[in-house]
Amino acid sequence: MTLNWFRLASPATFYPVAGKLIPWFAWPAALLACVGVALGLAGAPTDFQQGDAYRIIFIHVPSAWLSMFLYLVMAFWGAMSLGFNTRLSAMMAQAIAPTGALMTFIALVTGSFWGRPTWGTYWAWDARMTSELILLFLYLGVIALRSAIDDPRRADRACAVLSLTGAINVPIIYYSVKWWNTLHQGASVRPGESKMATVMLVGMLIMSFAAWFYSIAVTLHRARSIMLERESGSAWVNALAETRP
Amino acid sequence: MNEFFAMGGYGFYVWSAYGVTAVVIVAEIVAVRARRRAALLHARIAGSDDARPAAPTGSVR
Amino acid sequence: MTREADSPPVSTAAGAVLPGVRWALVRDLRIALRSRSELAVQLLFYVIVVALFPLSTTPERNLLSTMGPGVLWVAALLASLLSLPRLFAADYADGTLEQIALSPYPLEALVSGKILAHWLTTGLPVALLAPLLGVQYQMDGESLAVLAAALLIGTPILSLLGAIGAALTLGLRAGGSLLALLILPLYVPVLIFGAGSVDAARSGLGATANLSLLTAGLIIAVVGAPFAAATAVRIALD
Repeated sequence: MTLNWFRLASPATFYPVAGKLIPWFAWPAALLACVGVALGLAGAPTDFQQGDAYRIIFIHVPSAWLSMFLYLVMAFWGAMSLGFNTRLSAMMAQAIAPTGALMTFIALVTGSFWGRPTWGTYWAWDARMTSELILLFLYLGVIALRSAIDDPRRADRACAVLSLTGAINVPIIYYSVKWWNTLHQGASVRPGESKMATVMLVGMLIMSFAAWFYSIAVTLHRARSIMLERESGSAWVNALAETRP
Repeated sequence: MNEFFAMGGYGFYVWSAYGVTAVVIVAEIVAVRARRRAALLHARIAGSDDARPAAPTGSVR
Repeated sequence: MTREADSPPVSTAAGAVLPGVRWALVRDLRIALRSRSELAVQLLFYVIVVALFPLSTTPERNLLSTMGPGVLWVAALLASLLSLPRLFAADYADGTLEQIALSPYPLEALVSGKILAHWLTTGLPVALLAPLLGVQYQMDGESLAVLAAALLIGTPILSLLGAIGAALTLGLRAGGSLLALLILPLYVPVLIFGAGSVDAARSGLGATANLSLLTAGLIIAVVGAPFAAATAVRIALD
């Protein structure tokens, strides 16, 4: 089994594997998203306090969760690349960053649209939204650092150190709600004592899985392009380029 | 149907949120596919330069 | 401008950590104190920035006193950012950093010494000066005391985190702005809890929670940042 793993750690081996995996995540993501959006916009009942505006939660919460989760995964792959000195781990980290940044952006924008009718303002400087904004800057910082360094290996390692350092911020985001008495409503999902109707919970979970699978599919796709770019000139890439239309 | 679009008066906010999300997701998918096309193109060019060094008479591939 | 003796003395002792810290600390302090005017200018920057905010808003007492802790903290962040390149860039440019990295002292120890020297010449003066400037913001005695305490705990964190960013951006074009982009998000929790400590004290909640969190952050930074910064230095030197 150990032998298999390390063979998989070469871009040449993983490239076709990633290609086969993508549809297995892309199609379920699309399906889950359809179901989730339908539930969110129509299936779930109107909220007593917030009216139909709460329906934004079906995008806002999953994207916020993903934004934090993806950062941790990116930091994890960074750690792997530092520990095992594998190119592929670094390429995975490189592939995640843009999608993570986009999830963060979606969380911020949808949170803003949710905030206006609910709390009367597009932007309340509460701990949760502000931390999400910081997370966006963290993502952009990793992306900026990568583009500022010409040597890909130095970029890999520098971005790994940076994302690991930033990862400390992610728990602070999560626990800041507990420490701060702010506008933002308390964490919406707690095991066992959910304040929401089951339908709403199911809808959020479906959308979370949809977002997760979507992120995996897009990341794998981007990782394949990164492999082609960075391994350009090597035998397997040349062979591939000749056969592809 | 009108009720659906009105979203109890919050239509602007709900549809803006869902709309921006849809736009961003589509944009990412388009960008990712474009990146792949560019990567394949560059790989092909790089491959042709290395795999087939130019003949003295500059033969066409 | 003469540079300090380049390579540290050879030490074969296993407990080379503290001597390493001391060596780097003394060296960097000596170099910094040679250009005292540079240190003074950094402090002057702090004073000027702090003076700008009332000029751009209002000298109205209540507003000033509310803004005070935040302004004094943000200016401290900016002052830290400005001074960070001094940590590694000069040594990197003339090859000294490579010599230092090759020494028998653990690089983490040497980096810690450098960071300590940085704080002593940048953060500590700011922390001591801030209460004085806080008077300009109509802050009362209790607020000033809490502010000073928060800055004393927080400014070392700024130096520690900043060192990571400074090492990561060594030798890169647009290094200064990139450094700001990388480090300011990491500074934000320090800012929130640091400035928040004064607000908490004023509102009667007490500053203990905020100061405790800051202290916890300091401990984590002291333990983790030298390793991260040393790793980043090695990455830059490769």
